[in-house]
Amino acid sequence: MSESLTLDKPRSPRRPAARRNNFELYSWAFMRISGLALVILVLGHLFIMNILDGGVHRINFAFVAGRWSSPFWQFWDLAMLWLAQLHGGNGLRTIIDDYARKDTTRFWLKMLLYVAMAVILVLGTLVIFTFDPNITA
Amino acid sequence: MTAVAEPTNDTSQIPAPEGSVTITVKILRFNPEIDNEPHWESYDVPALPTDRVLNLLMNIKSYADGTLSFRRSCAHGICGSDAMQINGINRLACKVLVKDLLAKEGKQTTVTVAPIKGLPTMKDLYVDMEPFFEAFRAVKPYLIAYGNEPTGERYQSAADRERFDDTTKCILCACCTSSCPVYWADGSYFGPAAIVNAHRFIFDSRDEAAEERLDILNDTEGVWRCRTTFNCTDACPRGIQVTKAIQEVKRALLFKRT
Repeated sequence: MSESLTLDKPRSPRRPAARRNNFELYSWAFMRISGLALVILVLGHLFIMNILDGGVHRINFAFVAGRWSSPFWQFWDLAMLWLAQLHGGNGLRTIIDDYARKDTTRFWLKMLLYVAMAVILVLGTLVIFTFDPNITA
Repeated sequence: MTAVAEPTNDTSQIPAPEGSVTITVKILRFNPEIDNEPHWESYDVPALPTDRVLNLLMNIKSYADGTLSFRRSCAHGICGSDAMQINGINRLACKVLVKDLLAKEGKQTTVTVAPIKGLPTMKDLYVDMEPFFEAFRAVKPYLIAYGNEPTGERYQSAADRERFDDTTKCILCACCTSSCPVYWADGSYFGPAAIVNAHRFIFDSRDEAAEERLDILNDTEGVWRCRTTFNCTDACPRGIQVTKAIQEVKRALLFKRT
């Protein structure tokens, strides 16, 4: 069936017409910009958490609570969460596009990826904004 | 299980001119009517340092095994028929000299020859080029101009011509596209060669369909899948700066400059 169709018009275009949307362009540009921002955010975060006075040994509940009482660190952590999730998620999306061999595998891997991204984004954002420093242990 | 020596092929009929050295040519053979998968065969071939790899293949075909199949046409690096993987790198067999492949003094030289990757191998060293040409046709690689036909030539300044000079050199040999890891993984990507030929018209001042082609290359399978690994630039036998051309198309899309 499909073979007779191919023989009928062997040179007809096999690609769908261009969709005229800029999604791939924006995701490409987003990768460059978020990558630069993440270099500063993540290295700064690692420096503060692991090296600056006492490093990792001073981190406890009170330390985190103290940091998150300031909107600046709340915003820092929020930006890091969202940029890292979207940057990593978009990177994985292109890897799935490259290496999945069947459309069904591609679809389900992407669904798994998007669900994981959504869960982590919602959960992380929720914790940053609803964090209660007076919680009883 | 005992080790079985690779079957040697009788190459005694190949004429050995004065000054020739015997080198081993390992060819990835595949006959779809007999073999389930490709296998390596070795041929000991006398070769002059000034021979090209194509000469070795011609000698094997003429004197040792007439069933060896490969494409070649002009044999002077113009037609782009004999692209193959020589020592793991995509090259035109007619442009690689034996003297550049010789091993160190006293060591046996082995040259491996395999078909280019990413396109279905049909027999031995030639592949089905149709997916490659399909991507090429999809970017509309011809002059599109609207309005009245000029009575004379379509004039262009030397500077305007210079803008896309590099990408006019393409001979469609598929060395670049079949060296691209993104193309290996997913053949629906347009591939470097198609983008190079789109670039040739996008940046041509006489052409009026740059927007159309940019729209095509802005799509899911277009330039944004390029990972700038520079395999294409390394592979191009014409020395086209392929990755640079792809980046220029990206820039035109980002800033809408052509």
